[in-house]
This record gives sequence, C-alpha cells and structure tokens, in this order.
Amino acid sequence: MLNDYNDVLQKLCHHLKQLAGAEVEITPQTDLINELAIDSVKLLNLIMEIEDEFDISVPINALADVQTVHELANLIHQIKSQKQ
Amino acid sequence: MSLLDKLDAVAAARKALLPEGVEVFGTPIEEVYSSTEARIGDHRILFLGTNNYLGLTFAQECRDAAQEAIHSEGTGTTGSRMANGSYSGHRALEREFAEFYQYRSCIVFTTGYQANLATISGLAGPGDIVLIDGDSHASIYDGCRLSGAEIIRFRHNDAADLEKRLRRLGERSRSTLIIAEGIYSMLGDRAPLADIVKVKDAYNSMLLLDEAHSLGVLGETGQGLVEETGLLDRVDFITGTFSKSLGGIGGYCVSNHPQLDQLRYVSRPYIFTASPTPATIASTRAALRLLREGVELRRQLWKNVHQLYSQLKELGYRLGPEPSPVIATILETPQQALALWKGLLEHGIYVNLVLPPATPEGHSLVRCSVSAVHTSEQMNHVGKTFAKLREIIFQ
Ligand SMILES: Cc1ncc(COP(=O)(O)O)c(C=O)c1O
Repeated sequence: MLNDYNDVLQKLCHHLKQLAGAEVEITPQTDLINELAIDSVKLLNLIMEIEDEFDISVPINALADVQTVHELANLIHQIKSQKQ
Repeated sequence: MSLLDKLDAVAAARKALLPEGVEVFGTPIEEVYSSTEARIGDHRILFLGTNNYLGLTFAQECRDAAQEAIHSEGTGTTGSRMANGSYSGHRALEREFAEFYQYRSCIVFTTGYQANLATISGLAGPGDIVLIDGDSHASIYDGCRLSGAEIIRFRHNDAADLEKRLRRLGERSRSTLIIAEGIYSMLGDRAPLADIVKVKDAYNSMLLLDEAHSLGVLGETGQGLVEETGLLDRVDFITGTFSKSLGGIGGYCVSNHPQLDQLRYVSRPYIFTASPTPATIASTRAALRLLREGVELRRQLWKNVHQLYSQLKELGYRLGPEPSPVIATILETPQQALALWKGLLEHGIYVNLVLPPATPEGHSLVRCSVSAVHTSEQMNHVGKTFAKLREIIFQ
C-alpha cells in the first residue's frame, strides 16, 4: 500500500515539475496553488492528465479539501485503491 | 483574512488588470433605443454582445402582452407557486412549452440559472454521480454542488472521454446524470449530441441538455440542437432560458419522464423563490409563438452569423471552432482583449469582455453575439471596425 502511495507521489511530482518548471523544489508539503502558482484552470487540466495515467476519475468535490502535494497524492491513492 | 479583506483583495486584483476609469463590467447604459441600439455616456452604441438572438426584446406582440398582463394581473406574484398558487399564465406557458417539444411536461422557473439549479439538485443527490462537460456554465456547476452528488468532469465535447469515465465507474455508472449544452456560451460550439446519446444509452445513464443558447437558434422550429440533430426523443431532460432568444427572463425544464413534476415538491430553487411575474410570463408566451414561426428570423440570423464569422476569420482573428450566433475572438492576453474591447466601444460597438477564470482554458475573450435584427449596414460597420482594430491590436 505504501509503495503504491509512493508511486503515485512520484508520478504526481513528475507532472507538477512539468508545470512549475524543473528548478522548483517540490515536496509533499508544497502548497499547489500558493507555492507552485498553479491556477485553477491549470490544476484541473493536470488532474485530467493524472486521471488518464491512473485510469480513475477524481470528483471535483474532493478537490475542495486538497491544498498540498501530499493531499492530492493521497486522494489519488485512495480512489485508486477503492477501484481495485 | 477577514471577510472584508477578502473583498479588498478582489478589488485589488481587478484594479491591477483594468485601467482606472474603464467600466468594463456592468457598463452603465443610459438609454435603450431598440433591440440593437442604446446610449453609453454620450455615445450611441450598437449592442453586439447581448444574447438577443431573434431581437424579440422590442417585438410589439411581446410588449403589448406584457403591458396587458400588468394591467390585468398586477406587477408581481409576491411569492412562490408552492405557497401562493399558480396563475393561469404559468400553467399555460408550461403547457405550451411541453406541446412545443411534444414532451409530456414542463416546469417553468424564475430564471434559467434556477432551472438548472432546481433540475440538477432535484434529480441527483448524495451517492449519485453527475458527469458534466468541463466547459459547463456556472449554473450547472452550482446545481451539481447544491445536489450533494459526486461531480465528475469530462473533457469538453469529448464523448470518448465521457465513455471512459462511465466505464471507470463500473456498477455505479447506473445512477449517473450526464449534462451537456446545445451551444456553449463562450466559444459557440455545439455538443456532439449523437455521440453523447450513444454513450448514455450504452450505460443506461440519464441525459440533461441545456439549450440556453440554442433555443430559437437551431432547428426548423427553433427547438434547438435536439431538433437539428433529430434526437428529440433521446434526451431525458431539456433545460433552457427565456432570457436569450425569448427576450425576457425565466427558465424551463421539459421531459417525458412523469417524475419531472415531483421537482415541484423537492427542489429548493423552485420552492423558495417568487414565481415569474405576469408580465414576464405573458411576453414569453408571445415570444414563444414568434420563435416557433421564426423561420425568417433564423434565416436572417444565420446570414449575419456567416458574414461576421467569415470576415473575422479572413482578417486572421482566432475564433471558436464553428460559426454560431456566439462569435468569440480569442486573444493571447487579457491586455490585448481589453484593448480590442475598448477599441470596439470607441467605434460604437459594445461587446462582452470575458477574462479568466470565467473562460475555457484560461483564454481571454472578446465575445460577440449576433442577432437576426442586426441590419446589413450595422454588420458592415462591425466588419470594418474589426479590420481597422486588427492593425492596432496586433502591430
Ligand atoms: C448555458 C447557460 N445556462 C443557463 C444560463 C442561465 O440563464 P438565465 O440568464 O436565464 O439565468 C445561461 C445564461 O447565462 C447559460 O449561458
């Protein structure tokens, strides 16, 4: 399970780096909107890519509680494991 | 941050984007002369951003009907239909809409925004799933939120993406509502309805189509995308508004499902608001008659659409993907969009400026909308002005 989470986190960070630029340091505690300056439109596009990568759908209601990279990785991980 | 600090931050963000003294949003209109002309400050301007697709706001039949209704039934109903009853006009308009679509029933709402809120939140609830197009109107997003259902977005106008998401849901796909729009309000493109219907049938889902911008515009009798595509009997619910092609204010939902009527007892945006005024209902009934017979108006509308769309395309403006009465020019930056908007206004043409985050993909738009009653002189003036401004904006 933990491996799964780490796998999600790694893939997510890879996507985020492409958006935020390679020089930006991204940790699980990084705030998506405030620190990475990813606006809501970009975030929703990013989510669509991630959804395809993991073959899941992330309900937008659940995104309201997501602020950090860890929270988003955790949400994806949860949805992924519910599916299996 | 305190409550008021948050609003100060909103004001600061707007000020940073817009120069002092330009009232871009909620521009004061001093006088209205006709469906297409008005006065802003000291200048006579042409409306090219209203949604007055058939120009019915000044139709004599509609104005007479509204006046007569005020005379005989007063200015307002002062309450909801649940508490204060349904006037004969409310019931007649519902019968006329149901008959227009050859559907079993109709509910009339106080605005189109509330029609979506009421229909979506009445149909779906916690535990259900609503699948909505990514470019959906705010009223659809808000209706979903009010419902408490899970909200899943599919890629704009992408039936394959919708299918993928239904597949991912497995067993849960059976309690889903899919929502699409006849014509999308920002870029003017139509939903791929035949493909969406196929997916909906394959997964036994329900489909709600919002025909806000397509009513009166598409189809021989103006029913909208359902008529143009011949798919009237394949859609579960149609919502729409009186505020665009019908030139009034209000909204509706029609359906063949007998359960539609139960929304009157469960739907908060129907129950807890005052019903449409007698004048609104009367002018809308008259407008619906004109809309149904409006073959000539639609011919004129589409003539104007094709003229402006091809002119702007030739000039090299980046536009939405297909001609429609909503013609949006897509600009690189908010500053460019503002410059075009201001330039048009200085030449007496008033359009909509739409900036992120209200736009698809975070684009900045100068959104025009064309009416059947724009004259060829007016359309020529618009074409010439866009040509002149092109030099200035893109130099
Ligand atoms: C797609 C869509 N649905 C609903 C509405 C709401 O309509 P109304 O103006 O009647 O509230 C609008 C209008 O802006 C719209 O564009």
